[in-house]
Amino acid sequence: MSDPDKPELIEDGVRKTNEPVSSAVAAPEATTRRHEPHEPARTHLPEKLFEARKTVHNRRIDGPFRRFKWFVMLVTLAIYYGTPWIRWDRGPYAPDQAVLVDLANRRFYMFGIEIWPQEFYFVAGLLIMAGVGLFIITSAVGRAWCGYACPQTVWTDLFQHVDRFVDGDRFARQKLDAAPWGPNKIARRALKWTIYLVIGFWTGGAWIMYFADAPTLVHDFWRGEAAPAAYITVAILTLTTVTLGGFMREQVCIYMCPWPRIQTAMMDEKSLLVTYKDWRGEPRGSVKKAERNPGMVGDCIDCTMCVQVCPTGIDIRDGPQIGCITCALCIDACDRVMAEVGRPRGLIDYATLEDCEAEANGAKPRPAWRALLRPRTIAYTLIWGSIGLAMLFALGNRSRTDLSVAPDRNPPFMLMSDGSVRNSYTLSLRNMATRPRPMEVAIEGLPGAVMWSDTMSRAQAARMIRITVPADSTQTMRAYVVAPADTAATSFAFSLTALGEERETDRTETNFDAPQASQ
Amino acid sequence: MTTDRHDGKRVDEATGTETVGHEWDGIEELDTPMPRWWLWTLYLTIVWGVVYVILYPAWPLVDRATAGVLGWTSRGQLAKEMSIADQARTTVREQLVRIPIERLPENSALMQQAVAGGRAAFKVHCSQCHGSGAAGSQTLGYPNLNDDDWLWGGDLKAIHFTLVNGIRQPDRDSTRASDMPPFEGVFDAGQLTALSEHVLSFSGKGRANPVGARIYADNCTICHGPAGEGDRAQGAPRLNDAIWLYGNTREDVARQILRPRMGVMPAWEGRLDPATIKMLAAYVHSLGGGEDFVEVAADPAIEVDERP
Repeated sequence: MSDPDKPELIEDGVRKTNEPVSSAVAAPEATTRRHEPHEPARTHLPEKLFEARKTVHNRRIDGPFRRFKWFVMLVTLAIYYGTPWIRWDRGPYAPDQAVLVDLANRRFYMFGIEIWPQEFYFVAGLLIMAGVGLFIITSAVGRAWCGYACPQTVWTDLFQHVDRFVDGDRFARQKLDAAPWGPNKIARRALKWTIYLVIGFWTGGAWIMYFADAPTLVHDFWRGEAAPAAYITVAILTLTTVTLGGFMREQVCIYMCPWPRIQTAMMDEKSLLVTYKDWRGEPRGSVKKAERNPGMVGDCIDCTMCVQVCPTGIDIRDGPQIGCITCALCIDACDRVMAEVGRPRGLIDYATLEDCEAEANGAKPRPAWRALLRPRTIAYTLIWGSIGLAMLFALGNRSRTDLSVAPDRNPPFMLMSDGSVRNSYTLSLRNMATRPRPMEVAIEGLPGAVMWSDTMSRAQAARMIRITVPADSTQTMRAYVVAPADTAATSFAFSLTALGEERETDRTETNFDAPQASQ
Repeated sequence: MTTDRHDGKRVDEATGTETVGHEWDGIEELDTPMPRWWLWTLYLTIVWGVVYVILYPAWPLVDRATAGVLGWTSRGQLAKEMSIADQARTTVREQLVRIPIERLPENSALMQQAVAGGRAAFKVHCSQCHGSGAAGSQTLGYPNLNDDDWLWGGDLKAIHFTLVNGIRQPDRDSTRASDMPPFEGVFDAGQLTALSEHVLSFSGKGRANPVGARIYADNCTICHGPAGEGDRAQGAPRLNDAIWLYGNTREDVARQILRPRMGVMPAWEGRLDPATIKMLAAYVHSLGGGEDFVEVAADPAIEVDERP
């Protein structure tokens, strides 16, 4: 096994060894990891039912992609933890939390937008946009979602930084893993798992903030006065965050996540992928070997840095594979090594399969941004944009007043003692504005008919009833409509007019039932 | 490079994993071992299954199932949930018992709860005769409770009194009872036709005639009034409106004169608790034909509770 005290090739960009590059970097422990195609891989069946997980201890690396990953991680975590604390003034009748999923009252608030349950198609539209957005990203730049923005990736990254903070970098962690349990290991594990739990608790705690007023909930939570659902949710999310982000990590991507299985359908030879340019790298050999046999050895010096920095522990030089989340840390690592040994960067690079083929045949490398502009991504973007525009249009034109009418069917009509015919209806008057509004319910058509509600006397029956609907709520009202004797079954309409600064009207057709004309 | 094996399976060259031996259009499935956590999850579900079978009723036998050591049953759980729900209702019920029925409309929240409770109780106790929509039946003579025609009065108090005491309940002094005498053998066929025609004329369905008018004045006015306006004190139906309990054809009216049918309703006091009866009264009153309090019924049997 490797000597753990042996200086590593790259530690904060300083080479600490005088040994020739090739022998220094080809650490024996790393070589055993590497897949040897010509070695008779597994000559007999594995007798055990399961395959033990090989813990991934990925090495620290710095580079443009790593810095981008830091940036995305900070932004996404800030959005996740910070959003519930943004306030938004909606006036006295509505909550002042900018993003709030109010399950108890069945309202969804997002800044200036308030969604009622029957407007849930807006949320469906957002989900479709998210799906199509994923198609755009995937067809253009492959698994960028997986590599940078997926919560599993972000939290795994966070937990890997915790590992590094507590136990040290790759070799220190490997050494600690192999070491017997002792005070040092126990203390480090206890510290590490405590930090895991704190992160998990924070994650679960931030989640419940979206479902209630955040400051109040925090206050209630610590006083033990929050709803049981809050504590249960935090407990479950703490557990799942620690399990999935702290312990399962790449196994979630490889075994549990359906997305890598279907996204191959989104990608084609024009999608950007993290690719090892084997025509340039193979056959692998040290710098010395290359000097001895000019032209016979490829650029890859087999330093396995690309494997060591990989958060899912794969070898990109085996080609595109399900374990690759295209986080491009191997590109950072390889570019560094290529600079060290004085060879051009880009042995591992973002490239399309088409470009790879062209490049292998001697064509000039083409700029990567071209992958973004092609009919497929443009078509996806058009679909995405038109859904968005349609939703914006619908959002701008939706009415904050709604009337729905349910006629009584049991019995469908009623003969009154003076011979007139009565029908009953259940009206739902919706006031979706955040202030109480006076509204007028009126009968349109059905000559001679009057109505009264169950909160008024029949003596007050009229063609139009005025009623004040409280802010942001649905008022249910029973309406008894009486039409003169000999009225035939017909259709008519109820109209609802919201009074106030801006008048809004809704109208609903319904039926009036009557006995069939006799004799 | 293919390593053929004795059972026809082969080892995949790139991964060193044996294939399962199937092939679809040249695509072979690798027999990759399961991850350990996956297998543990499977074992846990098996253990959970066994534990569940021991704890809960699970294994079907010939005429029942194994009981499970926890003694849990779905019926037991239902009974428990029902008793919890009943306890939640006790406050409303106690309030209802305490409040005099004529004061109920003043408490609109309680009134709403009473109407909702009455709707449920109506389906259980009343829908058998009056129908689930309370529309009654003209053929069978069960009154329609949605309309505005009331034999005995349609305000909350009158409805409540009818519910408590029933209609024509034997051995009950306070019950609502009226008696329409049978006229079979009293009138000849011509007189009967004339009388029926005259009765129908009150509501514009027949032609007024002197023969019918004379017979009506001699036999019917005392209860039904000179113009067929009825008398609630006696429970005599109005004859000058559009609503006919037993039908509005000449035959229906003639049959009711000769062999009158008189409906019966049980007294619900003693069968249902006072709160439920008040709920039913509130519900029936809410059906759209209920009358406002104009007068407290003159019936001395109705106690007026003067407490606020």
